[in-house]
Amino acid sequence: MKTVAEFNIRYQQLLDDAGQPTGPLPDFARDPAQLHEMYRVMTLCRLFDTKAINLQRTGKLGTYAPCTGHEATHVGVGAAMQDADVLCPVYREYGTQLWRGVTLAEIFIYWGGDERGTNFAGPREDFPWCVPIASQCPHAAGAAMAFKLRGEPRCAVAYIGDGGTSQGAFYEAMNLAGAHALPVVFVIVNNGWAISIPVGEQTAAQTLAQKAIAAGIPGVQVDGNDVIGVREVMQAALARARAGEGPTVVEALTYRLSDHTTADDATRYRPAGELEAAWQREPLLRLRRYMESLDCWDEGRERALREDCTAQIDAAVLAYQANPKASTDSMFDHLFATLPAHLVEQRETARRYAVGHG
Amino acid sequence: MAKVTLVEAINLALNWELGHDPDVVLLGEDIGKNGGVFRATVGLQERYGTLRVQDTPLAEGMIAGMAVGMAAQGLKPVAEIQFMGFIYPAIDQIANHMARMRNRTRGRITLPIVMRMPHGGGIHAPEHHSESLETLLCHHAGLRVVCPSTPARAYGLMLAAIRDPDPVMFLEPTRLYRMAKQEVLDDGLALPLDVCHPLREGEDVTVVTWGAMTHDVLRAAEQLSLEKIGCDVLDLATLSPIDHGSILDSVARTGRLVIVHEAARNCGLGAEIAATVAERGLYDLHAPIRRITGYDTVMPYFRLEHDYIPSVERIADGIRETVRA
Repeated sequence: MKTVAEFNIRYQQLLDDAGQPTGPLPDFARDPAQLHEMYRVMTLCRLFDTKAINLQRTGKLGTYAPCTGHEATHVGVGAAMQDADVLCPVYREYGTQLWRGVTLAEIFIYWGGDERGTNFAGPREDFPWCVPIASQCPHAAGAAMAFKLRGEPRCAVAYIGDGGTSQGAFYEAMNLAGAHALPVVFVIVNNGWAISIPVGEQTAAQTLAQKAIAAGIPGVQVDGNDVIGVREVMQAALARARAGEGPTVVEALTYRLSDHTTADDATRYRPAGELEAAWQREPLLRLRRYMESLDCWDEGRERALREDCTAQIDAAVLAYQANPKASTDSMFDHLFATLPAHLVEQRETARRYAVGHG
Repeated sequence: MAKVTLVEAINLALNWELGHDPDVVLLGEDIGKNGGVFRATVGLQERYGTLRVQDTPLAEGMIAGMAVGMAAQGLKPVAEIQFMGFIYPAIDQIANHMARMRNRTRGRITLPIVMRMPHGGGIHAPEHHSESLETLLCHHAGLRVVCPSTPARAYGLMLAAIRDPDPVMFLEPTRLYRMAKQEVLDDGLALPLDVCHPLREGEDVTVVTWGAMTHDVLRAAEQLSLEKIGCDVLDLATLSPIDHGSILDSVARTGRLVIVHEAARNCGLGAEIAATVAERGLYDLHAPIRRITGYDTVMPYFRLEHDYIPSVERIADGIRETVRA
C-alpha cells in the first residue's frame, strides 16, 4: 500500500507559561495600549465571573456557566474579530462578548432567567447564547453563506467545547463550510472536561483540531491561555477566511478552572491536584508577567484596574437587580410578527393570572 | 393560464419569488442540477445560479441550521427536506432555534424560513418515505405549518409562506404532486395563511381535513350527496395555527363534526380540533365528534399503505354513521 494523503497539526504558543516570548512577537504584542485593553477585558471577565458565582450562591442569579480560565481564548478571539463579523457563542464566552460590546448587565439579566438579556444593544447581529450543544455551528456556516452570497468581507465565528466536537452538527457545519469555502472559523475551547468526561474519554482523536481534516479544512492548535498566541492564530484564520480561502478550525487548549456550572461539583470527578496544577498556567498571570517584563504594568495599575472593574460590575448588578420582571405579555409578543388569535386569548388569560401581577 | 400539477405550481411559485426577491435562496439535497427528487426545483438552478439554488451536503440538521444562519443575516431561505420521514435530524434546529429565535432575542433576530417537505404516503415509496408527521411540528410555538391540497393553493400558499416574516413548515402531499392538473395563474398573488378554505358546502356535517385527504373526502362527500347527506368540507390548509373560528362557525350550522387525517390518531391534530369544538361548540353538536385517521401503527411499507390511509369507503361510512347517530 502507498500513502495517498498526509496531514499534520501545528501548535502555536507565543508566550510561555512564565509570560516570556517563545520567539518574535506580532506588532500588537509590543503595543502597551493593546496589551492593556486585552488585559482589562480579561480581568473584567474574571471578576465578573466571580461575582456571578457569588450571586448564584446567594440565590440572586440562576444556574450560571462560569468562564474562569478561558479569558485568554475569549479575548484573543474577540480582539482578532472585526465589528462587522458575527459571533455564534456557546454559553460561556463572555470575554469575547464583552470585547464585542455585550454588557455585563445583559449577561446578568440572561442568567437571571430573562430572555431580554439576549437582546444585545451592542452587537445586534451576534447570535444569543446557544444551549443545545453544537447546534450553533450550522448557524455560523449559514451566516457565512450569506456573507459569501452578498460578497461581503465579513466572517462568522462559532465556538464549540471539547465535548461538542462529538456532535454531528459540528462535523456537518465544518463539512459544508469546507465544501463552499465559507468565511467562518470554528474555535474549539478545549478545557479538558465536558462536564465530567475528560477529553481522553470523549474521543480517541489525538487532537481535536484534526477533526478538521475529515472536512478537508485546516486545523491548528494554540495555547488557549496565551492571549497573544490565540489572537495571532485567529487573525491568520480570519484573514484567510476573508480572502475567500475558506474556513479554519482553531483548537484552543485551556482548562476549566471552575465547575461546569454552578449546579455542578467537579470534585466528584476531577483527579486531585489537577486543578491546582492548572492554576499555575492561568492566563491572566501570564499576560501580567509579560507586561511587567515590558515595564508597562505594575501593582498600582493592577489595583486601579481591579477597582475600576469592580465598580463596573457593581453598577451592572444594580442595573440587573433594578430590572423589573417582564410582563406575561412578553411570553407571547415575540412568537410571531403578528399574534395568531388563539394566542391573543391565552395572553389575556396569562394577564389575569400573572404571578404578583407584574 | 396554464394547467399545471401541484409540483409544477410549487416550481412556478419558487421561480416567481426567486425572480422578484433577491434575498430568496433555495437549498437542499439534489435540488440543483437534478431539480429535486420530485422535480419541484427543476430548471431553477440553471436560471438563478448555484448560489441561489444550492445543492447541500447530505445532512438535514445542517440544512435547517444553515437556514437559521442565513435567515438571521436577512436572507429568505427555502430549504427542502427530501422526505418528511427524514425531518428528525432537523427537529433540533427547527424546535430549538427556528421556532424560538424571535422570542428568545425579543425580536432582535427573526427567521423568515420556509422548510419544504413531501408529506404522506400513497406513492409506492420505500420505507421512511411516506410519513405524515405534522403533529411533530404543530406542537412547537413559533412555527407555522401549511399543507396545500391543490395546485392553485400550493402556488398561493407557497408565495405567502416565503413572504411571511416567520418560519413556515410547508408540507407537500406526495400523492397530489402529479395527481391532477389545474389552471394556475402565475401572477405572484399569495393566498392568506391561517385560514381554512371551504371546499364544498353542506348542511348536515362539517368535515375538516387537509392535504391529500381532501380529495378522498370530496369523493366521499359526492357519494353521500346521492344519499341526501350534505357535507360542509373545510380544507384546513394552515395546520398551525388552526382557524378554529371557521370550524366552529360551520359546526354551528351543521351540528356534526368529522375530522379526517392520514396521520396517526394518537395526539394527532384531529384531537386538537375535536377538543376545541368540545370546549366551545358542544351545545351545537347533535352527535359525537368522529375522527377518521391513520392507525396508531408504524406507517406500513407500500403493500399495505392503502389499508392504512383512510379510504373513501371508510370516510363515507364514518360520515354516514355520524349523520345518522
